[in-house]
Amino acid sequence: MAEYQNIFTQVQIRGPGYAGVPLEGTAGYRVGQGFFSYWLGKLGDAQVGPVYLGWTGLASLLCGFIAFEIIGLNMFASVNWDPIQFVRQLPWLALEPPAPAYGLKIPPLNEGGWWLMAGFFLTLSILLWWVRVYRRARLLGMGTHLAWAFASAIFLYLSLGFFRPILMGAWAEAVPFGIFPHLDWTAAFSIRYGNLFYNPFHMLSIAFLYGSAVLFAMHGATILAVSHFGGEREVEQIVDRGTAYERAALFWRWTMGFNATAESIHRWGWWFAVLVTLTGGIGILLTGTVVDNWYLWAVKHGVAPMYPAVFPSVTDPNLIPGG
Amino acid sequence: MRLLAGISAALAFLLVYYAFEFPPVDSVQRGYRGLAMEENSNPRVDRAKVRANQLPEPAPETDKAGQKASEVYTNLKVLGDMDANEFLRLMTDMTTWVSPEQGCAYCHDENDLAADRPYTKIVSRRMLEMVRYINGSWKTHVVDTGVTCWACHRGQPVPASVWYNDAPRTAQGAAGNRAGQNVASAAGGLTALPVDPFTPFIKEGADVRVISGTALPAGNRASIKQTEWTYSLMMHISKGLGVNCTYCHNSRSFFAWDQSTPQRATAWYGIRMTRDINTQFLEPLTPVFPASRLGPLGDVAKVNCATCHEGVYKPLYGASMIKDYPILVGPTPARTASAAPGAK
Repeated sequence: MAEYQNIFTQVQIRGPGYAGVPLEGTAGYRVGQGFFSYWLGKLGDAQVGPVYLGWTGLASLLCGFIAFEIIGLNMFASVNWDPIQFVRQLPWLALEPPAPAYGLKIPPLNEGGWWLMAGFFLTLSILLWWVRVYRRARLLGMGTHLAWAFASAIFLYLSLGFFRPILMGAWAEAVPFGIFPHLDWTAAFSIRYGNLFYNPFHMLSIAFLYGSAVLFAMHGATILAVSHFGGEREVEQIVDRGTAYERAALFWRWTMGFNATAESIHRWGWWFAVLVTLTGGIGILLTGTVVDNWYLWAVKHGVAPMYPAVFPSVTDPNLIPGG
Repeated sequence: MRLLAGISAALAFLLVYYAFEFPPVDSVQRGYRGLAMEENSNPRVDRAKVRANQLPEPAPETDKAGQKASEVYTNLKVLGDMDANEFLRLMTDMTTWVSPEQGCAYCHDENDLAADRPYTKIVSRRMLEMVRYINGSWKTHVVDTGVTCWACHRGQPVPASVWYNDAPRTAQGAAGNRAGQNVASAAGGLTALPVDPFTPFIKEGADVRVISGTALPAGNRASIKQTEWTYSLMMHISKGLGVNCTYCHNSRSFFAWDQSTPQRATAWYGIRMTRDINTQFLEPLTPVFPASRLGPLGDVAKVNCATCHEGVYKPLYGASMIKDYPILVGPTPARTASAAPGAK
């Protein structure tokens, strides 16, 4: 008897690929018959495909490819087309936004023009994929929860690379495309604005981020723990509780005095995830526009505590006469 | 399958081996509890650093000749007021400090020691003036410990840690502009931060400060890019001195002087001292050097924090080598930028 007790799925099904529910018109057309993958079956459903891309999917992939090429070729050119250096330095390489002097103007290609172009195509690619997610969900008669959760992530992406630079009046404020460079940018952003940890929206975003991980772990563990009672049939248990549901619910009431329901736990998860990027984006948009030093803001509002001095007092040498 | 597992294990081992420091790591709390103001060190690394920072054997002491060096030797422009025998001793020590393998001939024409050739003679005279200037005018940074040639040279004609202008090897054309950063930056502690934070800050005098002194916007136009340059300089200081950010700063508010350690003021003067050395002493010597001693863009070797500090918070762990040679301490100016109080 197969049981859902492992990290890897124990059950794999083989047979003719299942095409899914019947769909009307061109949207029903999918490429190929699909195939089965043993290794993917370890992590999820073994059936891959058939695939429907449609014009939004195809255009999104094309735009994404253009952005990827602009970024990659600029990185390659930045090491003078040396393939060894390209591989060695890849995590350090980047496509940098324009210098502050260009403001919101369109700079020459090699002065940030490529960055603007890559950003345009990447954004277009993401937005087209959003349209695809929305339309696929409608066509399948689903709710649009996925599309709106995705939109929340896009809001943070656009806040960092589009809305905030416009509010600040310079593309230079945006994030470079690169692995380490975007991390350095993040650290520099926090330093410039007096420590982002004192930004309450950053605090909220972190709370929702870590909270999402905790909720996901709690939910996943709970369902796996009662799966031999049929606990994975969560959707049915929304209206028809069984022993799996009652045991899991009682467990949480015993351990923390409260339990979510088979339906509401998913709403918890959805809102936590959506609020990570929603609050994060708000925190970004307020930085440099409304607040210039989050540490001093936190001192002003009684958030940052004062500590006893342990060093002899230090004076800014700039303030010493003749200094 | 087994091969794949073997390769993965080998790669994982290499990653762990190169990415992490072998324990133990000691940490010492310096600031108030809960602020993470602590210094980390590794006894094994420290032992190696101590070995690398030994003092050279000084030349044996001599009796005074009773005559000034300028009365015995000709063409003395800096050291003429010394006792003649002490002058010879200093020359011997300088050979140990700068050119132990090459000997006197590295800076002197052996047929005419007084002649102003080879070029190293001109350079070394200017360097002696520089040492006197540092020890006299920059007590805000070097206090009474002072510096000698050894602080930077350590027995090598060219100090191990010097810097030249960045000569990026990017494609010629309309792509691949890396904006002075976005490659592994040795100065920036192997981040992708700017490669050369020295030109703006310890040559040209750009403002290091980027953080606002007010909670709400009040006209501070410093950009995030600008912050990355400051950040890179700070990484250099951290690496050059072998210390954390918290050696000088309370990292919850990097800008706040009232929460910083006294070392931050010393470093503030250090930044200005290095700038002074580079612009007043080293750059003007550019035409004196042969092309082989210049950087890829034809600029002279310049100093940064690591040149003297060599990974130690105080060069040579604070050992003073100037006590034998008072001549190496120049006059202290009455009241100038470099003589300001505040950093003891």
